[in-house]
Amino acid sequence: MPVNPELTERAFAPTAPYLVGREKVREFARAVFATAPLHHDPEAARAAGFADVVAPPTFPIVIAEATLQQLLAEPDAGIDFSRVVHGDQRFSYSRPIVAGDELTATLRVTSIKSLGGNSMVTSESAMTDASGAHVVTSISTLVIRGDES
Amino acid sequence: MSLLDGLEVGQVVAERSFPLTRDSLVRYAGASGDFNPIHYRDDVAAAVGLPGVLAHGMLTMGFAVQPVVDWLDARGWVSDYQVRFTRPVVVDPQLGAVVTVVATVAAVDETGARIDLTATVGEQTVLGKAQVRVTTLA
Repeated sequence: MPVNPELTERAFAPTAPYLVGREKVREFARAVFATAPLHHDPEAARAAGFADVVAPPTFPIVIAEATLQQLLAEPDAGIDFSRVVHGDQRFSYSRPIVAGDELTATLRVTSIKSLGGNSMVTSESAMTDASGAHVVTSISTLVIRGDES
Repeated sequence: MSLLDGLEVGQVVAERSFPLTRDSLVRYAGASGDFNPIHYRDDVAAAVGLPGVLAHGMLTMGFAVQPVVDWLDARGWVSDYQVRFTRPVVVDPQLGAVVTVVATVAAVDETGARIDLTATVGEQTVLGKAQVRVTTLA
C-alpha cells in the first residue's frame, strides 16, 4: 500500500502536555554522552542564565515520539513501520528546553515524495510551552522502503 | 572570552571519539523510549537483513553534537541542528564501535556561527549534512 498523499492536508490534535523533568534530562544526557554541567547541575545552569538544567539538543525526539505514534495510528496512512528508515532529522529552536517546561507538540505532514520505489515522508512537530510560545520544531524525514528493496 | 572572538572559517573547534558498546544502545533505548529490537537483538537484526545490531541514528546525532556543546562552555547554545543518516553504525557485541566526530567552523556572523560535523567509523562517514547553528548567549 503506498503512502496516502492526503496526509499532508490532515489536521492532527496537539499531544498531551509533556512535563520536562530534571531527572529525565539527566538520564537522556547520560545516554547521549552529554557531560556538560548545565545538563546535570541546576546551579551551573542558573549561572549560565537558565531556570534549571538544560535539555541536550536532541531531547525533543522524546516528545516527537508521541506525534510519530499519531501518524502511524492513522488507519489509512499506508506506512509500514517495519520498512521505515530514519532519513534525516532537524531541530530548530526559539529557545533551549529546560526542566520544568511543559511542552505540547502539534504534528503536520509537510511533504510526501516517491523516489526510486521508496516513499519519503517529511513531518514537523512544533512544540510550544505552557504560555503558547514556540520552543522548538522537530523535522523528520522517514524513508519507507518499497517492496523490492 | 566571547564565543566569536578570533573564530575563523575552517578552524577545527572540537574533536572527540565515542566508543559505543551494546550497553550504550540499551541505555539510549531506555532514555529515549525507542525500543526497536534492531538496536539490541542480533536475531531480529539478521532477520530483517541487517549486517548486525545498529546504533540508533538518534543516538549518533545525539552525541555527535556534544563536542560542540563542550566547546561552547555556556558561551552560546545550539539553536539549530540537522543531520542526514547516510550509513548505519554496526555495533559488534564484543568489540563495539568507535565513532569519531570533528567539528569545523563553516560560517561566522554577528550572532553566532555554523559548525559542520563529520562523523566517521574507520574510514566511512556515517552522517551527512551535519550542521549545527550556535547562537551566542546575550
